[in-house]
Amino acid sequence: MPGKDRWLLPEGIEEVLPNDARRLEVMRRAVLDLFHTWGYELVMPPMIEYLEALLTGVGEELDLQTFKITDQLTGRLMGIRPDMTPQAARIDAHYLKRSAPTRLCYLDSVLRTRPDEFGGSREPLQLGAELFGHAGPESDAEILSLMIATLALVGVENLHIDLGHIGVFRGLTVGVGLTAEKESELFDALQRKARVDVESLLASLDFDARRKAMLMALIDLNGGREVLVEARKQLRDAPAAVEAALANLETVAENVRRQSPSLPLYFDLAELTGYRYYTGVIFSAFVPSYGRAIAHGGRYDGIGQAFGRARPATGFGADLRLLARLIAVEQNYTGGVLAPYDDDAALQAEVAGLRAAGERVVIRLPGVAEAADETGCDRELVRKGGKWVIKAKGEGQ
Amino acid sequence: MSSIVHIALSKGRILEESLPLLARAGIEPAEDPETSRKLVLDSRDPDVKLIIIRAADVPTYVQYGAADLGFAGKDVLMESDGDDLYELLDLKLAHCRMIVAEPDRLAARDDPRNWTRLRIATKYVKTTRQHFAAKGIQTDIIKLYGSMELAPLVGLSDRIVDLVHTGRTLAANGLVEVEHIADISARLVANRASLKMKHAAVRALVQRLAQAVQ
Repeated sequence: MPGKDRWLLPEGIEEVLPNDARRLEVMRRAVLDLFHTWGYELVMPPMIEYLEALLTGVGEELDLQTFKITDQLTGRLMGIRPDMTPQAARIDAHYLKRSAPTRLCYLDSVLRTRPDEFGGSREPLQLGAELFGHAGPESDAEILSLMIATLALVGVENLHIDLGHIGVFRGLTVGVGLTAEKESELFDALQRKARVDVESLLASLDFDARRKAMLMALIDLNGGREVLVEARKQLRDAPAAVEAALANLETVAENVRRQSPSLPLYFDLAELTGYRYYTGVIFSAFVPSYGRAIAHGGRYDGIGQAFGRARPATGFGADLRLLARLIAVEQNYTGGVLAPYDDDAALQAEVAGLRAAGERVVIRLPGVAEAADETGCDRELVRKGGKWVIKAKGEGQ
Repeated sequence: MSSIVHIALSKGRILEESLPLLARAGIEPAEDPETSRKLVLDSRDPDVKLIIIRAADVPTYVQYGAADLGFAGKDVLMESDGDDLYELLDLKLAHCRMIVAEPDRLAARDDPRNWTRLRIATKYVKTTRQHFAAKGIQTDIIKLYGSMELAPLVGLSDRIVDLVHTGRTLAANGLVEVEHIADISARLVANRASLKMKHAAVRALVQRLAQAVQ
């Protein structure tokens, strides 16, 4: 492409320049170290694979989000991963085949055909942790606690956690004879808390009025802890599965409350994000400066089914690029010691020693004027009385 | 965090009809929004501020949290890409209908059951495409920003999709309604994060508005 726009990147694709790249990398290492200390094993699934394998057991939405190319070797269609969760599930179900709970984590780029939000990235740096093989609320609580710990570690402040449970909606709609289309419309209207739309939709459906009233009640069942008490009152005639879902949600919440007593927990029983995918407790993290969730997760039992082994599963994910963007810190990762170019053995020993200690040492190459120094060093090595000493940069000899 | 709630309103018909409703809910702008050049207005309630923007921008401002609540026409919501808003109330304001219209001479011999491919001028591109796609009808859509009624008269399109209030503009331009797409009214939309993080303040305000709607 001729002209000035030859350097333009595709929409939603970004180039990370030195200071930001260093910052992202520091965050990346810290997150992976945290996952390691919690016992989560790092996996590195492939960036690209055959489409059937990549999209097995996932929704149509992910299909549309996948970049596709033809494999020149086989003529088969390949997809570039839009999400690493199904890959992790496959690793657990197909390759590891452990009977004990398995904890896996990953952190790498994924590619999406469309950004999640206007001006958002199409190449999120997806971090995630998944716990396979345990169906109880304890594993959900562990994942949620890990999500909270991860966000705290990278410097997210004023965190709010939103909790819901897919089992409430599912329990209320089971056995009422909803077609998939109507169920999807109802889910959509509830998700928007659009009371008029839910009302008119329910009016067009033919089932028990008590059940309809309970579905309507979901719209207002949001707020603090009192919501669970209120829910038990308003949904007391619901099928047993609903009560079980509420009890499950409460256990997870109590568990997290014990670990982070000051963290604001918010409950929303009409929150159904990802309802086609999740099967139990769902949770998201919000911060005041941003109108969308910055991390979310939940239980998605049965995903391994497509890979030959259905396993209970729970996990969370976030985009490290987004987290880095939201946490405004003016941090300069350069700094360091500038050393002259010199064959002197004493200088070279000094430089090696500093580097071994983790210090950043940059050699000023011959012929480069001092004024042209853009290395970002704040100190320099100078010879003083036959010895090499470190001085603040710019100070006279 | 701050408990000030920002409400996004748009100039024009919705605003005209919104002010009495807001007043009933105890929210009155400190100055006249139609004449003020300020885009963020104080209200007499120190915890509520009003943001005055273009109607089509209300979902965007609310979705990204620049405003916690917003008054937006259902037409604008159907057209916006965001799926991240709560639609908490039907404000029962600015009622109108979204319809398909065509010149009366065409209507005289037209049967909507035989439609296969239509050339339509509209401001509501997404809604039009979805409406006809759901019925298996192909559309060639010409995006216009206003005065849609002109398009069939000058041969730009065969039909239009537009909002009608009384139907007088249609009649004056020799057009007749042939299909109803949706009933439109203004909705109260809310930012998801605001409802969670400013729960008490936002919910109290929504309740005041709900009572004022009656």
